[in-house]
Amino acid sequence: MAVSRRARIEASLTAAFHPDRLEIVDESARHAGHAGSRPEGETHFRVEIVAPAFAGLSRVQRQRLIHQALAEEFAASLHALSLKALAPDEDRQA
Amino acid sequence: MSENPVFSRIRDDISENSVVLFMKGSPVFPQCGFSAAVVEILSRMGVKFKGIDVLSDPDLRQGIKEFSDWPTIPQLYVHGEFVGGCDIIREMYENGELTSYLQEKGVETAA
Repeated sequence: MAVSRRARIEASLTAAFHPDRLEIVDESARHAGHAGSRPEGETHFRVEIVAPAFAGLSRVQRQRLIHQALAEEFAASLHALSLKALAPDEDRQA
Repeated sequence: MSENPVFSRIRDDISENSVVLFMKGSPVFPQCGFSAAVVEILSRMGVKFKGIDVLSDPDLRQGIKEFSDWPTIPQLYVHGEFVGGCDIIREMYENGELTSYLQEKGVETAA
């Protein structure tokens, strides 16, 4: 069986950022039938990531880094990625 | 390499309008939940903005992603500056940062 997109996202983000905390939720089912969704799912994800690499960066800069790490997934029909990227000292909800 | 021809159109739109939202569908009929969420926030704040439907133009839909170096829609521009997508706008709205940002930029809000 092919490796799931979720597993690939996890591997890519772990390799790129060595996160303190990483949470990946597949929300594709919530978007079923909507444009961009696919019968096989794995199109809509929500990611919460805490990593030292984000310290001192703007929100846009943080998300760009994540987009770059996941460029292959976007090219392969990842449709939506909801992101929360925090530096360790901002992670007060943990 | 020559520049994507749609870039000059994007540049005109974001320089001629103080607040521009590149979105799926129109502000009245958004075609995507993420676009609808940003429209809802801007409307609630009483911010006048120009909504540009990327679904009506495949070149623009691809071009805006390259122009902004951002792979998803919606995308908000204020005075030519890229502010972010749905997550960023929502977060800035919730912690009050969006109001101060818009005020700083001289954009009128109802609040």
